[in-house]
Amino acid sequence: MTAPTDRGVVWLGSPTFPDAARTALLDTQLRANLKRATTTIRAKRHAAATELDDWEALRDSAAAIKRRTARHLGRYLVQLEQTVTAAGGIVHWAGDAAEANRIVTDLIRETGETEVVKVKSMVTQEIGLNEHLLDAGITAYETDLAELIVQLGDDRPSHILVPAIHRNRTEIRDIFAAEMGRWGRPAPEDLTDDPAELAEAARQHLRHKFLTAKVAVSGANFAVADTGTLVVVESEGNGRMCLTLPETLITVMGVEKVVPTWSDLEVFLQLLPRSATGERMNPYTSTWTGITDGDGPSRFHLVLLDNGRTDTLADTVGREALACIRCSACLNVCPVFERTGGHAYGSVYPGPIGAVLTPQLAGIDRAATLPFASTLCGACYDACPVKIDIPALLAHLRAGVVESERARRRLPTAEAMTMTAAATVLGSPALFDAAQKAGSLGSRAIARDGRIGRLPGPLRGWSATRDTPALPAESFRSWWRKNRDSDR
Amino acid sequence: MTSRDAILRRIAAALADVPADESPDDVPVPRDYRRSHTSPGGDLVALFTERVRDYRATVTHAGRAGLAATLAAVLTTRGVRNLALPDGFPSGLIPPGDWQWHREPLDVPSLDALDGTLTLAAAGIAITGTLVLDAGPGQGRRALTLVPDYHLCVIRADQFAADVPDALARLDPSRPLTFISGPSATSDIELDRVEGVHGPRVLDVVIADPSDTPREQP
Repeated sequence: MTAPTDRGVVWLGSPTFPDAARTALLDTQLRANLKRATTTIRAKRHAAATELDDWEALRDSAAAIKRRTARHLGRYLVQLEQTVTAAGGIVHWAGDAAEANRIVTDLIRETGETEVVKVKSMVTQEIGLNEHLLDAGITAYETDLAELIVQLGDDRPSHILVPAIHRNRTEIRDIFAAEMGRWGRPAPEDLTDDPAELAEAARQHLRHKFLTAKVAVSGANFAVADTGTLVVVESEGNGRMCLTLPETLITVMGVEKVVPTWSDLEVFLQLLPRSATGERMNPYTSTWTGITDGDGPSRFHLVLLDNGRTDTLADTVGREALACIRCSACLNVCPVFERTGGHAYGSVYPGPIGAVLTPQLAGIDRAATLPFASTLCGACYDACPVKIDIPALLAHLRAGVVESERARRRLPTAEAMTMTAAATVLGSPALFDAAQKAGSLGSRAIARDGRIGRLPGPLRGWSATRDTPALPAESFRSWWRKNRDSDR
Repeated sequence: MTSRDAILRRIAAALADVPADESPDDVPVPRDYRRSHTSPGGDLVALFTERVRDYRATVTHAGRAGLAATLAAVLTTRGVRNLALPDGFPSGLIPPGDWQWHREPLDVPSLDALDGTLTLAAAGIAITGTLVLDAGPGQGRRALTLVPDYHLCVIRADQFAADVPDALARLDPSRPLTFISGPSATSDIELDRVEGVHGPRVLDVVIADPSDTPREQP
C-alpha cells in the first residue's frame, strides 16, 4: 500500500488531541455552549427514538443493509452509474481529494460561472473544495445556516450536523452584524440575538444568491443503486433551492453512500431524522433521478469519491465505520465531545465517529491520538442508528497505532518497555511479592495523607490530572498467607 | 488506467475476504421492523393532523362540497392575493373570490413576486406528518412550492399512507419528489428549532374528505 496522498480530512498544523483538548477545556464559554446544545438534543433524540417500539429492529436492518452494500460495493457502484446515466446524469470517478476538486472545478469552468451555491456537505469539507475553488477564482457560498456562520466567521466546523454548535446566539449575531456585508447583503442594523431574527437575516442575505445562481454543488445522504435516485435530507429549504433552481447541479458523494434499493430508504428515512435532530421527519427531503424536463437543473453531474474509503474497506474490522450516515447522534451523547468540542479533533469528522473515520481515511499516522480520544463508555454505540460498534473500532485502531509506532521506531517505546517488564513481574509470584514490598515502601515515602500527587519524569502524563492512593503497608497476598495459616 | 477502473480494482482487492461466489442476497438483512406504527384500523387523517400541527402547520378539514369555499376561507385568513396555480389543478377547486391566479410559464423573478402557491399532493404520511409532492398534475414544478413564501396544499383523505414504508412503495422514484414536513425550519442555533428559513415559512393543509360533509374539526 502506498502512503496516502493529501486527502484533506485533517487540518494541517492542528495540535494533537490531548493538547487541543487541554486548551478547549479552559474555554468556559465553549463548554457552556456545548453543554446547552448537547443537552437539548439528547433529550429530543431519546424521545424520538423511543417513540418507535421497533427501534432496535430498524437498527439491525440498517446495519445489515450497510453490511450487504459494503461487501458488494463494486457491483452497486456500477449499477448506480448505469441508472444515473440512463436518467440523463453524468457520472465521474475521483480517486482522491485532488482529483475530485479538479473535476468539480473543470465542470464549473465549463459553465463560465465564477460563483456557486452549496448545500451543506461533509464530503466537500473533507476534500477542501471551497478553498480549492477560491484558488481557481470561484466563490462558493455556503447556504446552510450553520455553514454560513462558519464561513462568515472564517471559522472551522465543529460538528457534523451543526457545524457552528460551538457558537451561541449572541456570538452568531455578532458574526452576522460584522461579516454579512463583506459577502453580500449586510445584516439589518437592529439585529438582535433572537434565533428567529437570525434565521430571517440569513434568509435575506442568501435570497438573491439562490434566485440567480446558475451552478450548485451538493453532497448526498443516499444514492439508490437500482433506481439511480439521489437523496438530500435537510431542514431549511436551502437544499431545495440549490437542487432546484440552478441550471447545473454537481453532486459529490463518497462511494459508501450507495444503498441497494429504493425500499431500503424506508429504514434510513425513519432512523436518520430521529437520530439527527430528534424529529419524526426533517422538514424537507428531496429525491431526484437524473434530470427531468422542465423541472430543475438541465445538467446533473455525480462525482463518486474514494479518498481513503477503499483503504478503510480493506480493514475487515475498520470497514464498519463506512456504514455511518452522518447523523451526529454519537457526538451529541459523547462525554468527551461535550467537553472538548469538535475543533480539538483537528478533523472535518469530529466526535466518536470522527475518531474512527479520520485515522482510516487520512492514514493512521495523521491522526494517531484520535483513537485514544474516548473513555470507551459505549454511549456512542447505543446511540448509533446503524449500530457501528465505535468502542470496538477504537480499540482496534489503538492497536494499529501501537503497531505503526513500533514499525517506525528502532528502539521500543517507554510504554512497550514498561509492559514487557510488567509481564515478567506479573508472571512470577516471587518477583510480584518483591515489587509489592518495594512499591509499598516507595509510595508511602512520597505520599501526602495517603495520596500520591503530581510526579516528575515519565510518570507526569498519568499523575498530572489524577491522585493515586499510596499502596498499603501490607499486601492482600501477605495478609492472606498469615491469616489462612493461623486458622489451621 | 482510468480512476473508475482503479477504484473498482481497489474495491475488489479490499474485499478479498468476501467469497467469490457470495451474492448480495447471501448477506442476510433482517426486516423485523413494523411496516407501520399506526394501530390497526387507526384514523390516519386524525393522526396526520396531530403530527403536522407539531411542526406548526395548520390543518383544516373540508367535505367535497365545501372544499373550494374552505380554500377561500384559508386564503382570506392569510391575506395572500397573488398565487401560483400549477398546471393540471382542477378548475372546480379554484376558490371563488378576488385572487390573482398566475399560471405557467413562470420564471424565478415572477415566482419571487408572488405571495404563495396552491397545490395538490401525491401522498401523505400519517405517522410523520409528511406531505409528498411528485410534480404531477396540480402540484407543479418544484420551484412553485419553494420560491413563494406561502404554500397551501390540498390532499384527499384517501391519499395518506400509514407510515414511511407504505409511502415509499406508492411513490415513483423516477419523478422528482419533495417530502415536506411542516414549514422550513432550522436547528442550527443552539440545536433549538426555529420555523421559517429559506423555504415557505407558512404551510397550510386542507384535507378533503370523500364525503360531502366534513369531519368535525379536531
